[in-house]
Amino acid sequence: MEKSRLRLSLLAASIVALAVSACSSDDPTDLGSIVEGDFPQNSLNPAGPQARQIDDLFWLVFWIAVAVFVFVMVALLVALVRYRHREGSDRQVRQVHGNTKLEILWTIIPVVILAVIAVPTVATIFDLREEPLPEENALMVEVIGHQWWWEFRYPEYGFSTANEMHIPTDRPVYLSMTSVDVIHSFWVPQLNGKRDVVPGRTTHLTLQADEPGVYLGQCAEFCGLAHADMRHRVFAHEEADFQQWAIDQAEPAVIPTEGLAAEGWETFQVICSACHAIDGTSASSQLAPNLTHFASRTSFGGATFANNEEHLREWLRNPPGMKPMDPDRNDLAAGRILGMPDFGLTEEQIDGLIALLETLK
Amino acid sequence: MSAVTHTDPAEHGAHPPLPHVRKVAMWAFLGSECLFFGTLISTFLLYRNRTGDGPTAAEIFDIPFTSISSFILLMSSLTMVLAHYASERKDWRRMRVWLLATALLGMTFLAGQVFEFTEFVHEGLTVTTSPFGSAFFVMTSFHGAHVAVGVILLLATAFMSFGGKLRADGGMNVELVALYWHFVDIVWIVIFTVVYLLQV
Amino acid sequence: MASTDHTAHRGGAWGWITSTDHKKIGILYGVSAIMFFLVGGVEALLIRTQLALPNGDVLSADAYNQLFTMHATTMVFLVVMPAAAAFTNYFLPILLGARDVAFPRLNALSYWIFFFGGMFLTISFFVGGAPDGGWFGYAPLSTQVSEVVRMDYWALGLLILGLASVLSAVNFITTVFTMRAPGMTLMRMPVFAWMAFVVAFLLLFSLPIVTVGLFQVFLDRNLGTLFFQAAGGGDPVLWQHLFWLFGHPEVYVLILPAMGIVSEVLPVFSRKPLFGRSFVIFSGIAIGFMGFGVWAHHMFTSGLGPVAEAAFALTTMFIAVPTGVKIFNWLGTIWGGSIRFKTPMLFSLGFIAMFVIGGLSGVTHSIVPADTQQHDTYYVVAHFHYVLFGGAIFGLFAGVYYWWPKITGRLLHEGWGKLHFWTMLIGFNLTFAPMHILGLAGMPRRTYRYPKGLGFEFWNFVATVGSYLIAVSILVFLWNWWRSRRHGEVAGNDPWDGRTLEWTIPSPPPHYNFATVPTVHSEDSFWHDKYREDEAGIAVPVAAAPTTLDTAAEEDIHMPSPSYYPALSGFGMFIALIGFVYLPVGLVAVAAGLMVTMWGLFGWAMEPLTREPHE
Repeated sequence: MEKSRLRLSLLAASIVALAVSACSSDDPTDLGSIVEGDFPQNSLNPAGPQARQIDDLFWLVFWIAVAVFVFVMVALLVALVRYRHREGSDRQVRQVHGNTKLEILWTIIPVVILAVIAVPTVATIFDLREEPLPEENALMVEVIGHQWWWEFRYPEYGFSTANEMHIPTDRPVYLSMTSVDVIHSFWVPQLNGKRDVVPGRTTHLTLQADEPGVYLGQCAEFCGLAHADMRHRVFAHEEADFQQWAIDQAEPAVIPTEGLAAEGWETFQVICSACHAIDGTSASSQLAPNLTHFASRTSFGGATFANNEEHLREWLRNPPGMKPMDPDRNDLAAGRILGMPDFGLTEEQIDGLIALLETLK
Repeated sequence: MSAVTHTDPAEHGAHPPLPHVRKVAMWAFLGSECLFFGTLISTFLLYRNRTGDGPTAAEIFDIPFTSISSFILLMSSLTMVLAHYASERKDWRRMRVWLLATALLGMTFLAGQVFEFTEFVHEGLTVTTSPFGSAFFVMTSFHGAHVAVGVILLLATAFMSFGGKLRADGGMNVELVALYWHFVDIVWIVIFTVVYLLQV
Repeated sequence: MASTDHTAHRGGAWGWITSTDHKKIGILYGVSAIMFFLVGGVEALLIRTQLALPNGDVLSADAYNQLFTMHATTMVFLVVMPAAAAFTNYFLPILLGARDVAFPRLNALSYWIFFFGGMFLTISFFVGGAPDGGWFGYAPLSTQVSEVVRMDYWALGLLILGLASVLSAVNFITTVFTMRAPGMTLMRMPVFAWMAFVVAFLLLFSLPIVTVGLFQVFLDRNLGTLFFQAAGGGDPVLWQHLFWLFGHPEVYVLILPAMGIVSEVLPVFSRKPLFGRSFVIFSGIAIGFMGFGVWAHHMFTSGLGPVAEAAFALTTMFIAVPTGVKIFNWLGTIWGGSIRFKTPMLFSLGFIAMFVIGGLSGVTHSIVPADTQQHDTYYVVAHFHYVLFGGAIFGLFAGVYYWWPKITGRLLHEGWGKLHFWTMLIGFNLTFAPMHILGLAGMPRRTYRYPKGLGFEFWNFVATVGSYLIAVSILVFLWNWWRSRRHGEVAGNDPWDGRTLEWTIPSPPPHYNFATVPTVHSEDSFWHDKYREDEAGIAVPVAAAPTTLDTAAEEDIHMPSPSYYPALSGFGMFIALIGFVYLPVGLVAVAAGLMVTMWGLFGWAMEPLTREPHE
C-alpha cells in the first residue's frame, strides 16, 4: 500500500518534471513565435483560392460521409438492442436468406451518392491542374528539393533563396519543381494541396494567398533521416513590398574588410565555400543553401530553427547534433550532400562566422 | 433429412488423383509467371528508347541471329510434344530421346544468348549503360534462367524415367514439364516479337 | 493400403519442424504471427512514446525511421498476412471437408520460408540497423546510399516473403479446386473459404509484379543498374506503379480474410443464415478484381495528369460499392436474429463499426483534390489503421475467440475476453481517431518530431495514452490465453451451435480431420443437420440430431508423412539471403545456402510419397 502510493507520487512527479522541462527550456524549433492560432498549418483553414476550392469539396464529402456513418450506426444499434437474445424469451427467429430487391437497392443508392460526389471532384481536378493564364501575370518560382532543405529560384529576378519563399498576394505563383536527390513533396496546407518533387521530372503547383502573412509548410514525402526537419515558410506580401524584397534579394553581398566579420570570411572561404554560395564573392557552390541574404531570413536548417545568434552558435558547434544528418556519406565530387558535418570549429571561428552571417542582410 | 452423410472412404478417398492436382497447381503457377514476365516486358517497353549515350536497339540487335535462336527454341516445343506423346504411349525409350533432344535445343538457345550478351558487352551495352541496357539484360536473363530451370527439369525427368518413378505417376511429370516448357517458349515468342521485331 | 504413420502427429520440437499437417502448420503461423505482433506492437509503443510530447527526444531520428518502417513491414507481412494464413491453413481444408491441403510438404515449405524471412528482416536490427526507407521503400530513397545495407534487408526480405505467399497461394487454389468433399460445390463453400480463395488469386497475380520491382531495387543498389536513377535516365515513379499494383491488392489480401471470418461469426451468434450469401461472395470477388484497378490512388500527388487522376478517382469510388454491399448484408444478417454477445460477436460488431469509419475516410481519399491535402499525413495513418487494425485485426481476433475452442479444445474466458474487447476498442479509438484531426491540421506522417506551436501537442498526447491502453488489452488477451490452458472451459465439438463442418469433428480435431469424408448437401450443412425450417421459416431442431463424433478405424487413413526437407530448404534460403546482403564477400554464404536449399529440394523430390495417388 505504502509502496504503491510512493510509486504513484514518483510517477506523478516525473510527469510534471517532464512537462515543465518541455515548457521551460529554450526550444529552437518552437514555432509559437512566428505564427499564432490553434492550428497554424491547418489544411482546413484555407488562405487562398486553390485551398478554398479543396476545402469546399472536402466538407461536401465529409457531411455525406457523416450522414452515411450515422445511418449505418443507428441501424446497427437498433438491431443490437431490438434483436438481442433475452434469457427465457422464446422469440422465434425466422431464417431469412436474403432479399434481391434490397440488394439492388443498397447497390444503387451508394452508386447514386458516389455519382453526386464524382461530378464536382472531376471538375475540380481539371480546374486545379490548369496552368495560370498569361493575363494572370503569375510569378514563376523554381523549387528544388534537397535532402533536407528547399531551394527557391526566382528566374525573373536572378537570385535564389533557401527554405523561405516570398510571394505577392492577389496573383498566382506558379511553381516548377524538381529534386536533385530523392522524392520530396512540397506542401503549404493553407495555400494548396501537396505536390511531389521528383528527380528527373518537373511537376507544377499553383499557390495564391489572399492576405499578407506567413504560411507554414513542410516536406510531405518521406525523404530520409531529417524528413521531419525539412520545413518551409511562405511569406506573402502586398505587391509593392514583394517588389522591394525581390530587389533587395537580387543585390550581391558586400563582405566587410575588417573586424570579426572579416575573420569569419577567411574561415568561410576555407571551409564553408565548398558547398555554400555568397553572390558577389568567389563562393559560388550550389550544393548547400545560398547564404547571400542569410540575415534576412527568420529561420535556418530547413526552416526548423529560429534564426538567432544563440541557435547559430549551437548549430556551428555541431550541426548533426541539432538536426539529424548523415554528412559522413557526403561525396562532394559526385554532388551528393547529406548534411553539414561538424568541422570542429573553434569558438573564435564561430564568433567570426556569426559576425559574417549577421552582415548578410 | 440429414445434410451430411458419411460415405465409404474408399469411394471418396482422402486425395483426388495426384496428376490432376499437380496440373491445376502448374496452371496457377504459370498464371503468376505471366504477370512476372508482363512486368519485365512493360519495364523494357518503358525504357526501350532511353538509351542515353549507349547503343540503341536498332544499332545493336542482330535480328537474323536471334531469329535462328528463336527458331531453335520453337523447335524444342515440337520435340517436347513428341516426348509427351511418347510418354502417353508409355514408350519410355523414345520419350527419353525426345526429352534429351528438347534439352539440347534449350541449351543451344542458351548458348546463343550467352554469345549475344558477350557481343553486346563488346559493343558497349551493359546493365549500367542505360535504362535500356538494364531492362534488356534483366528481362532476357530472367527468361534465360527459366530456360535453364527447364533444361534441368528435362534432364531430371529423363534421368528419373530409368528409376521407374515416372511410370507410377502415369507420365504426369512429363506433362508438367511440357506445360512449363511451352510456357517459357511462348514468353520468348512474345519477347522476340515485342523487343526485337517491333522496333518503333 | 499403407498404414498411418504415427510420427505424423507426434509432439516435440522435431515434430513441429517436420510436420506436414495443415493444422500444425496453421498453429505455427498463428504463434509466429502473435510473436511478431508483440514485436510490431513494441515498435508502435516506442513510436508513440517519442511523439507524446513536442520535439520529443526519446528516440533519435535514425531509430525512429527504422521503427516506423519495421512497424509497418512487420504488421503487414509478419502479422496480418500470417494470421490470416494461420486460419486459412487450419480451417480451409476442414471447411471444405478435406483431410489436408493439396500439397502438404509445399505448405510446410511456405511456412518455413515465411518464418526465416521474418527472422531475416528482424535480425537486421542487430547488425547495423533495420530498414529505414518506409515500408513501400520509394525509390530513389530506397536505392540511395548503397554502402548502407538496411534496404537490402528490406528488398530481399520482401522478395522471400513473397515467394512464400505465392507458393501457399498455388497450394490453396489447388486445394479449393481439387480437394472439396463430395457435394461441396463452389457456391456451397463457406464464405471464409471463398475469401481465402479470392486472397490466393490476389497474391498469385499481384506478388510477381512487386517481385520484379524488388529485383530492380536490389540490382540498382548492388549492380548499378539504372531502373530508378533519374540521373541515368531511369524513372523513380515506375517503382511506385509496380509497388502499388501489388500494394493495393495487398490491402484486400489483408482485409478479405477478416471479412470472411466476420461472415462466419455473425450468422452463428445471430442464429440466422448469412443475408444475401451469394451477394457477399460476389462482392468479395468484385473487390478482388477491382483491387487491381485502383492502385494509382496512392499516387495522386505524384503528377499523373488530370485524366489519369479522374479515372482512378472514379474506380476508387466505385470499389466502395461492393464494400458497402457487404456491410449492408451483415446488418441484414443480424437484423431479426437472436443476438448473443459472446466475445467473437463483439469483435465482429467492432469490426463493422470501425471498418465503416475506415471505409468512409477511404472515400474521402478518392476526392483527388482533398487527397492532395490528406496524402502522407496522419489522416492517412488514421484511415489505414481503421481499416487494418479496426478492420483486419478486430476480424482476426473475432476468429481467434471463435475458433480457439476448436483448435485447443478449451474456450477462452468470456469475462477476460470482453475486457480485452472493450479496452482494445477504447484504446484503438483514442489512438487513431485523433490522427484524423492531426492530419487535417497539417501533421505529415513519418516525422520523428513536431515543433511546438502547430497545435499538435494535445491530440498526440491522447493518441499515446490510447496506444498504451491497446497494450493493456493485449496483455489481457495473453493472460486469457495463459489461463485457458488449464482453466479454460472444455469446449466439446460444437460450443457455439455452429453451422459449418469444423464443428462436426472433435476439438481439437484428429490429425486426419474426418474419419469419414463427409458428403455435403447444402451450404451451412451442419446447421441443416441439426435444424430444419418449417413453413414460416422458423428453425426447428431435428428430432434425432446426428452424432457428430465419428471414430473410424484410424489405421485406414493414411496421411502425408513428416519431412524435414521443407524446413531445411527454407533455412538454406535464409543463409543465401544473408550472403546476398553482403556481396561480394557473401557469395560464399550464397553458394552454401543454395547448396543447402538444393539438398532440401532434391531430398524432397526423392522422398517416397506415403500417400499414393488415387486411381
